[in-house]
Amino acid sequence: MHISPRPADLPAGPDHETVPADARPLSRAAKGEVGRVVRVGLNGALHDSLDPDELERRLLEIGFVEGARVEILHEGLFGRDPIAVKVDDMRVALRRREAEAILVTRWQPASLHAVAEDRRS
Amino acid sequence: MNAVTPVLQTGAPRMALVGNPNCGKTALFNALTGSRQKVANYAGVTVERKEGSFTTPEGRRVQVLDLPGTYSLRARSPDEEVTRDVVLGRFKGEAEPDLLVCVADATNLRLVLRLVLELKQVGRPLLLALNMFDIAKHRGIEIDVDRLAAELGVPVVPTVAVRKAGTVDLLKHIDAQVVDLALAAAQGVSQGANTWHEPSAEEVRATHREADRIIKLAVRPPTKPDTWTTRLDAVLLNPVAGLLILLTVLFFMFQAVFTWAQPAMDGIKAGFDALAAWVNGAMPDGILRSLITDGIIAGVGSIVVFLPQIVILFTFIILLEDFGYMPRAAFLMDKIMGGAGLHGRAFIPLLSSFACAIPGIMATRVIDNRRDRLATIMVAPLMTCSARIPVYTLIISAFVPDRPVAGVFALQGLVMFGLYAAGILSALLVAFVMRRLVWRGTVEPFLMELPAYKVPDAKNVVMSVWTRAKAFLQRAGTTILSIMILIWFLSSFPGAPEGATEPAIDYSIAGMIGHWLQPLVAPIGFNWQMTVALIPGMAAREVAVAALGTVYAVGGGEENVTALMDTLGHSWSLATALSFLAWYIFAPQCASTLAVVRRETNSLKWPVIMFVYMLTLAYLASLATYHVAASLGWA
Ligand SMILES: Nc1nc2c(ncn2[C@@H]2O[C@H](COP(=O)(O)OP(=O)(O)OP(=O)(O)O)[C@@H](O)[C@H]2O)c(=O)[nH]1
Repeated sequence: MHISPRPADLPAGPDHETVPADARPLSRAAKGEVGRVVRVGLNGALHDSLDPDELERRLLEIGFVEGARVEILHEGLFGRDPIAVKVDDMRVALRRREAEAILVTRWQPASLHAVAEDRRS
Repeated sequence: MNAVTPVLQTGAPRMALVGNPNCGKTALFNALTGSRQKVANYAGVTVERKEGSFTTPEGRRVQVLDLPGTYSLRARSPDEEVTRDVVLGRFKGEAEPDLLVCVADATNLRLVLRLVLELKQVGRPLLLALNMFDIAKHRGIEIDVDRLAAELGVPVVPTVAVRKAGTVDLLKHIDAQVVDLALAAAQGVSQGANTWHEPSAEEVRATHREADRIIKLAVRPPTKPDTWTTRLDAVLLNPVAGLLILLTVLFFMFQAVFTWAQPAMDGIKAGFDALAAWVNGAMPDGILRSLITDGIIAGVGSIVVFLPQIVILFTFIILLEDFGYMPRAAFLMDKIMGGAGLHGRAFIPLLSSFACAIPGIMATRVIDNRRDRLATIMVAPLMTCSARIPVYTLIISAFVPDRPVAGVFALQGLVMFGLYAAGILSALLVAFVMRRLVWRGTVEPFLMELPAYKVPDAKNVVMSVWTRAKAFLQRAGTTILSIMILIWFLSSFPGAPEGATEPAIDYSIAGMIGHWLQPLVAPIGFNWQMTVALIPGMAAREVAVAALGTVYAVGGGEENVTALMDTLGHSWSLATALSFLAWYIFAPQCASTLAVVRRETNSLKWPVIMFVYMLTLAYLASLATYHVAASLGWA
């Protein structure tokens, strides 16, 4: 486990942010991929199991928040679903269906640098 | 809520434990209360309520309530609603807590600090217990407790729930807080206002940022990461190896419940039989003796006999839970169980139901979501429990010829296998129908934390198993016992008249009901003797074997099973026998199961639904079986 700090200047929330061009849903990530959460929530789109706002808050409450580092640790046998994800310093299991509401970009080495920086201080 | 602290004047101060799942809340509760704890249900909901009490070093008595784990006061499930309502003092019949103790896993602070920030808004006295401080230290996580307390504005105490000295500081703080509370109450000082409201997504983000800020100031990341969990997960969550290991674990558990419990169960049964025999010898024949031996002793015996299975099953479950394996098992099984509309965690209760539906239904507690849990409870009795085996064996040996099929399989074995398979398939089918048709459009998300692995603490495990066993005896016992006495009454009154030629049961109310129901069961090929035998069979499925012996006047006793086989072979047609087997797959032939469902769901509605749907399925299955068999010329 590591308690990685998030860049303090990171935009928060879906309203006032620019989503990087390479952002894609966590549901499409494969085992071993590392990324950073850039947006949580479906931005108005509907979800087949939950009210989108409810889903967004549940994901936030369990640690999927903008700026969090995510890494796909394990995948289920059938349809590679559900997935086990390392979110910052904890592990969370979820179905790909719910992971659709989490947009991630490739983990930036710059942020890794920030982690190292913080460890030293 | 500007009320003066309510309970201090009237009784012991009440403290509520709140925290994320897996933070060691239950361990802390056990450490504080020892054996002075009670498990029950909250009024009107299927949520477990754990309460206990302890005495502080300064001799104050404090009541503790262990609330269901949660990430937010914004409730998402009935369990979390209980937590929210109790914390906010809204729960009917629950006094408001005087002190909130938020329990945190010190190795995993981010989410719980967010919860603390929410709890602060409630305006009640609040204390943060940094539990698992030993593990945090071991991993080299440095927590500046004073800084944390200053930033949060809440007193912070490190605790180690599994060590004797681990709660000393917490108790000191509670003493101090209780003095403050008493002073405040004496001076009529009102508490802080409750400003909590359901946070929006933006507010959740804001509290996350605040929690992050505080972590940066007060927590130094670990020097030694938790490599054990990573290494174990590489095997245990491996798609293939993980599933194989899970199946092995489950197989082992099933074996244990099935076979290890047997000697103890035989012992208990022999003990009760001996007791009944002693009473029979010591008392004159009569109603009272019959009530004591056939009603009460047999009734209590039929409950206590499940205790070994329940203890073994819960020992396994609690070990797996404390080790941190349960969420992993759910992860591995989710897709498979999901096909039938069940939750990944439903696997363990359903497997246990092969031994007996009672521990299986009690084990559904591992499923958090209410609907998933109810669906599992409703189908658990369809799994072939061990009490059906004597009935299946009797009918199969009497009617199915002992000959090989395709050279390798025994026909009798194949029929037995078919009965098990029919049970499993129908359970999956019923679950599917319930989740897809009755509760449509409510697919609960699968979203759970995978906690770090931990070595279970022996004392804590023993205490938790004991709590379960006690709850079973107390809660199921009272209901089951009264049903047993009722069944005894139905089968014994009125007694046989002078010079009766038929067995006494024929003249009893049960006998009358049997005759009376006869026209109803004629279409499925049952005769009145079978119907009569099914009534005492409600006490426990296997009792039907003895009851058949009684109605056919073959006399009781295990030795006479062969004689009974002969009698049945002559008086039933093959179609009737097959119809009886089909009946036994589905019929709600077990009053204890219904009683446990009533207890576990805390409502009369679910056992009634279970009874009706199982009875309908049983009737339809027997009807179809009988007519198909009859058309094949087996009538
Ligand atoms: N080393 C250590 N282990 C602990 C401590 N507190 C709890 N544990 C262990 O952590 C595991 C989980 O504890 P529980 O008490 O079941 O956690 P919980 O918060 O009640 O979990 P839920 O009921 O699922 O919400 C168990 O194996 C405990 O023995 C502690 O302070 N130190």
